[in-house]
Amino acid sequence: MTRSTETIIIGGGLVGVWAAYFLARRGRKVLLLEKGFIGAQSSGVNFGNLRLQGRHPDQYPLSLRSQGIWEQLPDLIGDSCDYDRTGHLYCAFDSDEAEKLAAYAAVSRSHDLQIENLDRVSIKQRFPYIGKKVIAATFSARDAVANPRLATPATARAAQAYGAVMIENCEVTQIEASDKGFEVHTQHGETWSCLYVINSAGAWAANIAKQFGEDVPAFAAGPPQFVTEPVPYRIAPSIQTIDGSVIARQIPRGNVILAGYPRTASDLAANRAPVPPRKTVAGMAALSEVIPSLRSCHVIRVWSGIEAYLPDMIPIIGPSETTPGLFHAFGFCGHGYQIGPGVGICLSEWICDGQTPTPLEAFGIGRYRTTIAVSEKFKSEFDAGGANA
Amino acid sequence: MSIIVIIGAGPAGIRAAETISRAGLVPILIDEAPRAGGQGYRTPASGISIDTHKLMGSQYKKYQQLHHDFLSIVSSIDYRPETLVWAIENNTLFTLSHNTIATIQFDCLIVASGATDRVYPMPGWTLPGVFTLGGMQLSLKDQGCAIGKKIVLFGSSPLLPLVALQYKNLGVEIPAICDTTGLAGKISALPSMVFSPGTFLRGVSYLASLTLSRTPLFFGVKPLSIEGDHRVRGIRFLTGSGQEKWIECDGVGLGYGLKPETQIADLAGAVFEPDEDLGLWLPRMDQDGRAGNNLYLAGDGAAIGGADAAEASGKLAALAALSSLGIYCDTKKQTRLQNKVKRLRAFQRGLAHAFAPPQQFAETLPDETVICRCEAIHAGTIRKALILSHTPPEMNRVKAITRCGMGRCQGRMCAPALQAIIMHHTNQSLSQTGRLRGQAPIKPIPLSAAGETAP
Amino acid sequence: MDKQALLHRVVPRQGSIVQFTFDGETLEGYSGETILTAILCERAVLRQLEFSTEMRAGFCLMAACQDCWVWTRDGLRLRACSTPLSHGLDLLSTPPIMSEA
Repeated sequence: MTRSTETIIIGGGLVGVWAAYFLARRGRKVLLLEKGFIGAQSSGVNFGNLRLQGRHPDQYPLSLRSQGIWEQLPDLIGDSCDYDRTGHLYCAFDSDEAEKLAAYAAVSRSHDLQIENLDRVSIKQRFPYIGKKVIAATFSARDAVANPRLATPATARAAQAYGAVMIENCEVTQIEASDKGFEVHTQHGETWSCLYVINSAGAWAANIAKQFGEDVPAFAAGPPQFVTEPVPYRIAPSIQTIDGSVIARQIPRGNVILAGYPRTASDLAANRAPVPPRKTVAGMAALSEVIPSLRSCHVIRVWSGIEAYLPDMIPIIGPSETTPGLFHAFGFCGHGYQIGPGVGICLSEWICDGQTPTPLEAFGIGRYRTTIAVSEKFKSEFDAGGANA
Repeated sequence: MSIIVIIGAGPAGIRAAETISRAGLVPILIDEAPRAGGQGYRTPASGISIDTHKLMGSQYKKYQQLHHDFLSIVSSIDYRPETLVWAIENNTLFTLSHNTIATIQFDCLIVASGATDRVYPMPGWTLPGVFTLGGMQLSLKDQGCAIGKKIVLFGSSPLLPLVALQYKNLGVEIPAICDTTGLAGKISALPSMVFSPGTFLRGVSYLASLTLSRTPLFFGVKPLSIEGDHRVRGIRFLTGSGQEKWIECDGVGLGYGLKPETQIADLAGAVFEPDEDLGLWLPRMDQDGRAGNNLYLAGDGAAIGGADAAEASGKLAALAALSSLGIYCDTKKQTRLQNKVKRLRAFQRGLAHAFAPPQQFAETLPDETVICRCEAIHAGTIRKALILSHTPPEMNRVKAITRCGMGRCQGRMCAPALQAIIMHHTNQSLSQTGRLRGQAPIKPIPLSAAGETAP
Repeated sequence: MDKQALLHRVVPRQGSIVQFTFDGETLEGYSGETILTAILCERAVLRQLEFSTEMRAGFCLMAACQDCWVWTRDGLRLRACSTPLSHGLDLLSTPPIMSEA
C-alpha cells in the first residue's frame, strides 16, 4: 500500500531533524526516515563545538544564521541542550601558525565577528592554565558549545510536536523518481510517495546521490576523541590549536573532552568507528602540553564517529543537478554540527519558497562534475596516505 | 616462536601459564595486581599476619598448592605484575605500568580477567561503610581489617553465610544476615547441587554453624534503605512475612553474586550473547574457551564457575591454544577438563538460580535512589528518559541521554541495575535492551603516562 | 566530618608504622596497608563526590568501582584501594588548589 506525504527526509541526524522542524513549523507535511536511532551517528558523538572562528570563508552567512538559531534554542525547541556561550580560543605554537590565526581573524572580522588578539603575556593573564607552548591566540566571544547527545533528539521531539512524522529503524532501500515525484521504498516493505526528497543521510548519503547519477568522492572518517574524569571546572572557552592536535573543552560537570587530528578511518559497512590506541596516546600527550595542569587527570573513555568527508573539505548543500525535487545536504567534513540548524532552515526554504536568502552556491554538488582541488586542510588533517591509513 | 599472552594471574591464569610453560614455551603473564592469586586466592599484604589456614578453611590446601606451583614456574615465565592492559588493537596490547605506556604483541591471547560483584542498589547504598561482599572479604583477606564492628550482610549470594562466619571467627559482631531469596527458590535449585556436592554440603554447614551461634537469618527479605549521616547507622528492610525491621549496624556487606569482568574480551573481539537465564550478556566460546581467532577465555572472567573451574579452564584454554599452534596435546585430558568445567559451571548456574539477584526490585526502587555511583544518576532520571523515548530504548541510548554508565567505572557497578530498570519499565528482554558498548581504556589512565611512552 | 573509623584491624601486623597526612592531619598506618585501609582505620571518608556533598569511602576494594580515588597535595591522583601506603604521603579528600602551568 502506498502512502503519501510532501517531503521525505532520509537520515535523522541534526540536519535532517532541523529540516523536518522548519518544514513542519510552516505547516508542511514531512516524514523523516532513519535507519537506526535518531541522532545516534555523527550528530550524537561529535565534539560539540559551535565554532565561528576558522571556518571556510564562503560558509559565514550560513554559519552566522545557524548560530542565531542555536542562540534561541529554548524558544524554538523548549530545550537548551546545554548550550553555553563559552567563546573559542584558537592557539598557535609558532609564527607560521600565528600568521594563519591572523588570516582567519581577518575573515571573521569581515563578517562582523569580534575577535581579540592575545600574545603570550595576555594569554597568561586571561587563561593561566594554557601552557607556554602556545605563543599566540585569538579569542572569539560569540562561539559556543552545545551537547550533541541531547541536541538532535530534542530537536526531533520539537519537530514532532509541530506534526513531523519520524520513523526509526527504517532503512530506505530504493528511491524511484518520476515526473510526478518520488516513490520511496523501505526495508519493511512499505512505499511512500512524495514530491521532495532531502538526502541528509550522513556518511551514507553519497550512495543515494550516486543512484541519481551524482557520484562524489566521499569517504568515512572521524576524529579520535576521549573524555577525562571530572576535575574542578576551570577552563571556560573551547580550546583549539591551529595544527588540530588539540580541540578541547571542559564541561561544567568537570570532564574534559578532547578531539584531535589526524582523523581516523571509520568502517561504514560495519557501522564502527574504532579508535587506534596510538591516537589516544598522542591526544593525551598533546593535551598535556597545551594544558599542563591536566597531566594527572585520567582518560576514562574513547570514541570516534562516522562522518562523511570530501577532498575539498566543504559540504554538499543544495538541489540535485539531475533530479528536480531532490536536495542534498551531506559531507560536512567534521564541521556540520554548528551549521546544521542553518542548513535545515535553508532546505525548508528551498522547498517552500523555491529559494533561500543564504548564499550557498559554493556548496553545490555540481562542482564535482569538474576536477576538484584537494584542500590543504585535507592533507594536514588526515594520516599521510589518505583517510584509509 | 609464537607469543602466548595470558591476562590475569588468578587461578585460571596461573594454571594456563603453568601449562604453557610445561610445553616448553615462555608465556607472558600480565596482571594488574602486585601479587598473583586473583581475588579468591589473594595472598595477604606483606607484614599482615593473617591465619590464612583458618580463614580459607577447607580451601586452604588448594590455595597453598596454587601459590606453591606459581612460585615454581615464575622464573621460567615472563611475569609482569602491576601492569594494566587498557586497549587492544589487532594483535597488540596497550599496557600501563608504573605510569608508562607500552605495547605487547601476541600471537595467542588467553584472557583470565576474573569477576566482580553484581551490584543492585538500594536507598543509601553509597554511604561510607557499605561495601560489596567481595570487598568485605578482601578487606579481611588482604588487609586484615573488618569493614565495621557490627555488620549486616545483605543480598542474594551463597557466600553470605561464609563471609559472616569468617568475620565472626575474628570476633566481629554480625547482627543479621538478610537473604533476598526465599527458601522455595533454593529448594527448586537442589537438583543442580548434585554437580558439586562438596560445595553444597559446605554451604549447608555454614548455615548450620550460624544457626547454632544464633545469628539471625532472614529469608525472602525486601530492601528498604540503608540509613545514616555520611556513614552507615543501620539498615531497614521488610522480612519475608512483610514486617518492617530496623537493625543498627556500622557496616553493610552487599552481595548479589558475581559477574565476569569482560571488558578485555570485548576489546579482543569476543561476541556477546544474552543469557536471559542469568540476566547477563556473556562472551560466546566453545568448550575449550575459544572465543575467536587466537582468543581464549578462562576462569570467572569467562563464566562464573568458582576456583576449581578456573584452574581447570585455565589449563583447558592453554591446551587449546597449544594445539592450535600445532603442539601435540592430550585429548583425553582435554575431555576430562571439559567435563569438569562443564559440571562446575552448571553448579554455579544452579546457585545463581537459587540465589537469583532481585531484579524485580528495579520496579519499586524509589526515584531518588542513586543508580550510577560515579555520576550520581538517580532512578527517576532514568525512568523519565524512558518515558521521553518514542521507540523501545536500549542500554547505550539510555546511557547517552542520562549519563548513567559514563563515569570512571564505565558501567561496571550500574549496568545490571540500569538493565533491570529498562527491562521492567519497557517490558523487554535482556536481548532487546542490548548491552553497553565496550571502549578503551578499560580502566582510567592518566594523561602523564602518554609523555613517557616506552618503545 | 565524622572521625570515627570505618575499618578495624582485627589481626596483628608486623610492618613498621608509616606516617602520612590526610586533609592536613597527621595519621599513622602500617607498611603493607593500602591507602584506603590506613585512612579508613582512622576516618569515615576518602573523598567528596564531585556532584554533591555526598561522601564516599570506597566500595569494591578490588579496583573495579573506581570510587576511592584520592588526591595528593601536588595534584596527583591515587586509587586508594590499590596503592600501598608510603611514608610522607600528603593526601586530600577534595581536589587541591592547582598552581597554573
